Amino acid sequence: MSRLGALIRRETTLAWGRGGGPLVTVGFYAGVATLLPLAIGPERERLAAVATGAAWVALALASLLSLERLFERDYEDGALDLMTLSETPLELTSAVKCLGQWIATGAPLALAAPVAAIGLGASAALAPLIFACALLGGLAFAFVGGIGAALSLGARRGGLLTAVIVLPLFTPPVIFGGGALDAMASGLPWQAAFALLAAYTAAAVALGPLAMAAACRNALS
Amino acid sequence: MITALSLRNLAIRRGGRLLFEGVSLELSAGEACALTGPNGSGKTSLLRAVAGLVRPEGGEVAFPGVETEEARGAGLHLIGHQDGLKPARTAWEELAFWTVWCGGSETSARAAAEALELPPLLELEVRRLSAGQRRRLALARLLAAPRPLWLLDEPLSPLDARFRARFGEIMVAHLQGGGLILAAVHDPLPIRAKSLELAG
Repeated sequence: MSRLGALIRRETTLAWGRGGGPLVTVGFYAGVATLLPLAIGPERERLAAVATGAAWVALALASLLSLERLFERDYEDGALDLMTLSETPLELTSAVKCLGQWIATGAPLALAAPVAAIGLGASAALAPLIFACALLGGLAFAFVGGIGAALSLGARRGGLLTAVIVLPLFTPPVIFGGGALDAMASGLPWQAAFALLAAYTAAAVALGPLAMAAACRNALS
Repeated sequence: MITALSLRNLAIRRGGRLLFEGVSLELSAGEACALTGPNGSGKTSLLRAVAGLVRPEGGEVAFPGVETEEARGAGLHLIGHQDGLKPARTAWEELAFWTVWCGGSETSARAAAEALELPPLLELEVRRLSAGQRRRLALARLLAAPRPLWLLDEPLSPLDARFRARFGEIMVAHLQGGGLILAAVHDPLPIRAKSLELAG
């Protein structure tokens, strides 16, 4: 147990510093959210209609940023070898790494998401649901993203490859989360879409580590 | 607890090229073996195959008396070319983490650091350390979290004469305590050891 405790502390601090850490991720997020109205046009009604969707898609993109480093550095400097030589199964280690990624980048993004959506003109009443979707969706993004990061280990331009692998897998959570937010904004029941988002996240958390561990073992051998 | 290592007719293929075949070795508690051979002859691959990171093309790696999974999970240390250290973290953070990861305690990490004269360096970031200092930091893991089988990939190359001698003493003590050492080297090991030469 102390081993996993030490790992999550290490992973969180490393993720915090990785590629500039949460400041850069949140900054990128703010940048995308600011660019969108410039392209869509400044009319309040039109912006308000797309506000939650735009904030949600920007979130998915921002959570891609520091993913490529999730396994890459440990692979390059030999740390992944040492992590494999342990009583702790690599599946559990991978899951803890993703959890660290989520704490360091997903949580700050979840705090920024309601601010961005309201800034774009979404109703303030949506803020709690946006926060909840971002937090839950962020967990799915971290675990699904981890699969992409592990699969692109050792590839040149691994970051691009990670994005290409991962973006299609981001589709369901983007649809479910966007659907929940859209439903709530128009006064319809949003619980079903939210439950689907939660189900997708649960599947990603349960199955992602198996894929990550297999991909890491393959890259090492 | 690993008390013996046995390689039977081991063959390893990397990137389509057969590095070696028919390599056998018996190593028991208290014995060391120096693994020699030209660059690219497969020394590193052999060590990684023992650790279970590389799947051999043929033959087998066995740890008589111990389940292979268990032996690889908690019975061996691998010190490779890369030291597994993060440049932005302090030497102490890295040593403490790997010690805990390998099943040791902070107290044993302190003692290991003393043995390799690391205490003055522990507050520095790893990026500030020289290659030899980094290697000492990696080698400290061996002492901080005792495990019977040491797989060492050119452990001495970045070390100066004094620390080569010091690490020689450390290896002798490990063998006297019933440990096993398999080390890939170019220079002879400073201890009595079997030898296994890969032809290349």
